[in-house]
Amino acid sequence: MSSKILIVAEHDGAKLNPSTARCVSCARTLSGAEVTIVVCAVDAGAVAAQAAQLAGVNRVVTIENAANAHALAAVLAPQIVAIAAPYTHLFGPSTTFGKDLMARIAGLLQAPQVSDIMAIESATRFRRPIFAGNAILTVETSADEKMVGTVRAASFEVTGAGGSAPIEKANVQVQLPTHTRFVSVSAAKTDRPDLMTAARVISGGRALGSAEGFKILYSLADKIGAAVGASRAAVDAGYAPNEMQVGQTGKIIAPELYMAVGISGAIQHLTGIKDARTIVAINKDGEAPIFEVADFGLVGDLFQVIPEIERLLS
Amino acid sequence: MKRILVGIKRVVDYNVRIRVKPDNSGVITDGVKMSINPFDEIALEEALRIKERGAAEEVIVATVGPADCQSQLRTALAMGADRALHVQADGVIEPLVAARALLKLVEREQPLLVILGKQAIDDDNGQTGQVLAALWNRPQATYASKLELTGNSARVTREVDAGLETLEVELPAVITTDLRLNEPRYVKLPDIMKAKKKPLETLTLSALGVEPRQQLKLVRFEPPPQRQKGIRVKDAAELVEALKKKGLL
Ligand SMILES: Cc1cc2nc3c(=O)[nH]c(=O)nc-3n(C[C@H](O)[C@H](O)[C@H](O)COP(=O)(O)OP(=O)(O)OC[C@H]3O[C@@H](n4cnc5c(N)ncnc54)[C@H](O)[C@@H]3O)c2cc1C
Ligand SMILES: Nc1ncnc2c1ncn2[C@@H]1O[C@H](COP(=O)(O)O)[C@@H](O)[C@H]1O
Repeated sequence: MSSKILIVAEHDGAKLNPSTARCVSCARTLSGAEVTIVVCAVDAGAVAAQAAQLAGVNRVVTIENAANAHALAAVLAPQIVAIAAPYTHLFGPSTTFGKDLMARIAGLLQAPQVSDIMAIESATRFRRPIFAGNAILTVETSADEKMVGTVRAASFEVTGAGGSAPIEKANVQVQLPTHTRFVSVSAAKTDRPDLMTAARVISGGRALGSAEGFKILYSLADKIGAAVGASRAAVDAGYAPNEMQVGQTGKIIAPELYMAVGISGAIQHLTGIKDARTIVAINKDGEAPIFEVADFGLVGDLFQVIPEIERLLS
Repeated sequence: MKRILVGIKRVVDYNVRIRVKPDNSGVITDGVKMSINPFDEIALEEALRIKERGAAEEVIVATVGPADCQSQLRTALAMGADRALHVQADGVIEPLVAARALLKLVEREQPLLVILGKQAIDDDNGQTGQVLAALWNRPQATYASKLELTGNSARVTREVDAGLETLEVELPAVITTDLRLNEPRYVKLPDIMKAKKKPLETLTLSALGVEPRQQLKLVRFEPPPQRQKGIRVKDAAELVEALKKKGLL
């Protein structure tokens, strides 16, 4: 039996989030699978056009509704369930959008969900990290049952462009709940690259001491075109906003270069950077666990080392 | 009565370095310290604070799992919960089964709020709250870092990838907690003694009419690939040099 995979697009109304292209890459590792992307929006045109260009996508389906102005899981889930019948697999990204939504879909379908898929071995076999990445579990679903999955973005490359999938409008008539209302979103606007997709990331820990202290990281990051991340301790202390947290309960990233500055290297933090190509650790404690995973370790005071690196690059 | 139901999952303590069994059939849990899932402690703390503010009258903690889980329920009672429900179940409890059992408790207790953790740090599934909200056909507000109750609704600030999102949900609703919602209190010794007298009711899945069905087969556990240990550089200049050589700067 061939697999039919439905991928739920993540977008902001205008632009498709790169996490969707990573879901497509994941889906394409299952040979012979037919890949459909569903775009739920008020006006899906622009996003659907971007989705249609992703290589390996067979079809794009749009569901348009004024209620889709904001991604509310309780509102989106019944619409996706309404078109779910033909599909064997329903995927979404392991982002806060996808994790919130896909499990609600799984609940409505009473279907099993495999969270954080890092590899597909067959249509029914998947690998995923558990215990903060300290074990990798292979799970098997039943072939007679739909499955829902979230795709661990850091495990897959962004699929390229070059596709030209047909776009169809789905006519979905379901009653949507009104019990959940969007109020506001506050996102710090930044010109720096997005933490999730940046090729280079510099993260700071508790050692930065203050929001002021983080400025030396921003300055170096801007010099090398890097995104800035943070440990939980730094976010908890208010030195950096929550969206910068890297780790088991923050963002899981896979940059080419990750620089951990004044971060001890707790397991929960390391979970977020396991797939980084090169890890650099700068820490004044030569025994810090971060050095166990670092490709390049430098024992020293970050307040001297970071400005020094910036100076050397000038 | 205005009640809050809090989900409590017993998990391997977050400080334990997990090891996979040599035969790949699971992870080693013998003699390993077990605790309340950290996100559930946060859920309980939030429920207790709501009660202390006078916006709820009773905090009920519930767990679905084997007999051992009662020790975590006792800890939750010592933290301040009023009573505990233990749904006895052995083996793997998937989010759908946990959610079905919690739904039965919800139907019985009629809480105005159900607060769960955003994820259990053992299976890292992050599903139960959303599945429960779907089965119950009620709102969900996941990854909460702030929760305010106003009459018949809750205003919830959520930690999302973009930053902070605020939702308004009608009650009853399911909330799942993120780390920065609060800092859980410590349990004091006299409270542990008092907790022994608080009610802890034991139920079974079958009495609730929930089938302990396992939809996912756990095929194999493996240790993660280890990263090669790298090299030490002596100063910033050597670091910059090395990164330039690799084309990273
Ligand atoms: C359920 C749960 C989930 C969690 N999720 C996450 C998560 O997603 N992400 C995360 O990061 N953490 C997470 N944590 C927290 C984690 O356990 C650690 O507490 C946290 O990562 C520590 O942050 P840190 O390394 O910045 O601070 P610390 O551990 O305090 O380390 C600071 C480091 O800075 C070094 N230092 C100090 N001064 C200097 C200086 N001048 N120059 C150079 N180095 C210096 C010190 O030697 C030390 O190694 C979680 C914890 C729990 C319980
Ligand atoms: N067996 C269980 N008993 C009680 N609560 C649970 C159980 N499983 C999950 N939960 C709740 O659901 C949350 C998310 O769990 P999970 O979906 O397994 O990551 C946990 O933090 C608990 O609050």
